[in-house]
Amino acid sequence: MTDKTLPNSIDSTLDLLAKADYIADRSLATVLYLALRMGRPMFVEGEAGVGKTEIAKVLATTLGRRLIRLQCYEGLDVSAAVYEWNYGAQMIAIRLAEAEGEGDRARIEHDVFSDRFLIKRPLLQALEPDPAGPPVLLIDEIDRTDEAFEAFLLEVLADFQITVPELGTVKAAHPPIVVVTSNRTREVHDALKRRCLYHWVGYPNAERELKILRARVPGIAKKLSEQVVAFVQALRKEDLFKSPGVAETLDWASALTELDVVALDPATVSDTLGVLLKYQDDITRLDGTKVKALLDEVRSELRAAE
Amino acid sequence: MAASEGRLAENILYFARALRAAGIPVGPGAVLDALEALSVAHVGSRDDFYWTLHAVFVKRHEHTGLFDQAFRIFFRKRGYIEKMIAAMLPETMPGEPKAPPPGAQRIQEALFSGLNEREQDKSDVEIDARLTVSDQELLRKKDFAQMTAAEIAAAKDAIARLALPLDVVRTRRLAPSRHGHLIDIRRTLRASMKAGGAVIDLKYLGPRVKEPPIVALLDISGSMSEYTRLFLHFLHAVTDARKRVTTFLFGTRLTNVTRAIRQRDPDEALAACSANVADWSGGTRIASSLRAFNKQWARRVLTQGAVVLLITDGLERDADDTLAFEIDRLHRSCRRLIWLNPLLRFHAFEARAKGVQTMLPHVDELRPIHNLESMAELVRALSGAPAKGYDPKQMLKNVA
Repeated sequence: MTDKTLPNSIDSTLDLLAKADYIADRSLATVLYLALRMGRPMFVEGEAGVGKTEIAKVLATTLGRRLIRLQCYEGLDVSAAVYEWNYGAQMIAIRLAEAEGEGDRARIEHDVFSDRFLIKRPLLQALEPDPAGPPVLLIDEIDRTDEAFEAFLLEVLADFQITVPELGTVKAAHPPIVVVTSNRTREVHDALKRRCLYHWVGYPNAERELKILRARVPGIAKKLSEQVVAFVQALRKEDLFKSPGVAETLDWASALTELDVVALDPATVSDTLGVLLKYQDDITRLDGTKVKALLDEVRSELRAAE
Repeated sequence: MAASEGRLAENILYFARALRAAGIPVGPGAVLDALEALSVAHVGSRDDFYWTLHAVFVKRHEHTGLFDQAFRIFFRKRGYIEKMIAAMLPETMPGEPKAPPPGAQRIQEALFSGLNEREQDKSDVEIDARLTVSDQELLRKKDFAQMTAAEIAAAKDAIARLALPLDVVRTRRLAPSRHGHLIDIRRTLRASMKAGGAVIDLKYLGPRVKEPPIVALLDISGSMSEYTRLFLHFLHAVTDARKRVTTFLFGTRLTNVTRAIRQRDPDEALAACSANVADWSGGTRIASSLRAFNKQWARRVLTQGAVVLLITDGLERDADDTLAFEIDRLHRSCRRLIWLNPLLRFHAFEARAKGVQTMLPHVDELRPIHNLESMAELVRALSGAPAKGYDPKQMLKNVA
């Protein structure tokens, strides 16, 4: 049980994340630690595939909390995000009341709009008490919803309470741990950000990426892992429309291990480039000669490091 | 202990003030947050101190650079952080680089005005700030005062009279609607409760409509200088009326002036714009500006069915494959791309220039925008379907 309590320093936050094979840098651990200690939501922004969503998942597993995920999309509304009434059951209840000769309208209404007929969606679930401790609420890709939903979130994130007109206000006894992520396809309003601790997740440096790769793809050969990381790092310096994220590095490494590759060669790289780059323009830009040049550079760099 | 905490609070307060002056919006709440964060974080190193303050004060990725500069300059000068963690920090602080990095000038100015109130030894900072001005790429600040009062009044009046665009796109969100096709069970049930559940009066939902975002890319190069003022007024009017308008200016490089143009008063807004832009009335590099836009902004501002207004004369000096590639990418990432070209005022305008020829196949519409009449026409066009007469392919055919 002792290892399920909140970390009490920045270092122990780092250790906690490392336990679930999440290799974070110190700045991220600082923000996370502050968010946990101050009971503030954490707003994580960054390119796709740098491990934003993973933070929440890792927190939930290491702290032994329930993970409640709200995936945002353009048409997201209250009935999908907060609560909805169970209309079918309500209709039946009304019919039954009538059949039993219950004539008191106020009474029927009171019965029908009670907790029993409420279907709780992620936000409301997150405010409920949980025996394992307050849950981790992941509000994923908030930039995909519209401004109206952001405005709604203000109440939830500031006071951890939600008002259901028919029932009254639901307030969390212990606020959940909230992680909000954004891919920055749209600017999120300052009012929402103001309530959160902000962090930009960038691409990791070579050393950290290598650690991540070895933690996440344990079977990978030492030489291959070094080459993979060096190649991806070199690729990020190229003028690409979308640079590969950590997720792509991991995918690529797994793909290469599946193919029983022990060391990179130009042909293999060209064949598997689709795992790393997701835009046709970027793939055409990286033709055979370019791949070879990059690979030679990577090899000589690694040789020099030895 | 109490005395040192008092010093801490004071320093954070001054630091927050400096950040605010440098352009990072920091509210009073953030200062309290910072103090709370520092008290719970058990700061052990300069890095931790840095990231703790960063977590609280920085709310946008773009501000990280400014914050970094401010942090280094502020705490170097005060020597405060060193005192606080001297016992734990073995190595000495690295010296400042000689050339001022970008943002340094703004920060120094900000700090200078902040220090003004409590310190008198500011003369060196002042000189520093002056020197860095000459480092800037360009150059001339456009003087908006040249606009005559009559001109402003006439333009403002006319622009205010324009009925602003009412273009709408369907969203996936639903709203109560009389003619909708989905049953709103919630309202239906509530309504039927009134009659004790005996009568079921169906209520409907229909798709909600919303104005799509507008993104304006305005060419401010020398060849466009006669028009830019008027266009900025126009964009200001549009920004005032609609929520989601993003404005970029480009000459040799791209500047986002959305925040500046949002100010209520058009004169203040235009002044703020001109203060932000370094390449006023210089040359044009359409391809590289579009490239910068595509790479840094397209994925952030071209969501939810955006309309792009590209305002340029298309006189690109080096029209090559890059231009074709970038304009094509821009075209593919927005719902509607409208090219507004003031040169179309000449009846004999032909798509001879290479830049114009390259760009034409990739735009949905080509319109003139040289007087108030064409501006009004644009507004009408924005409210409805694309008009036939402005098909860019027609223009290309004429040349061939």
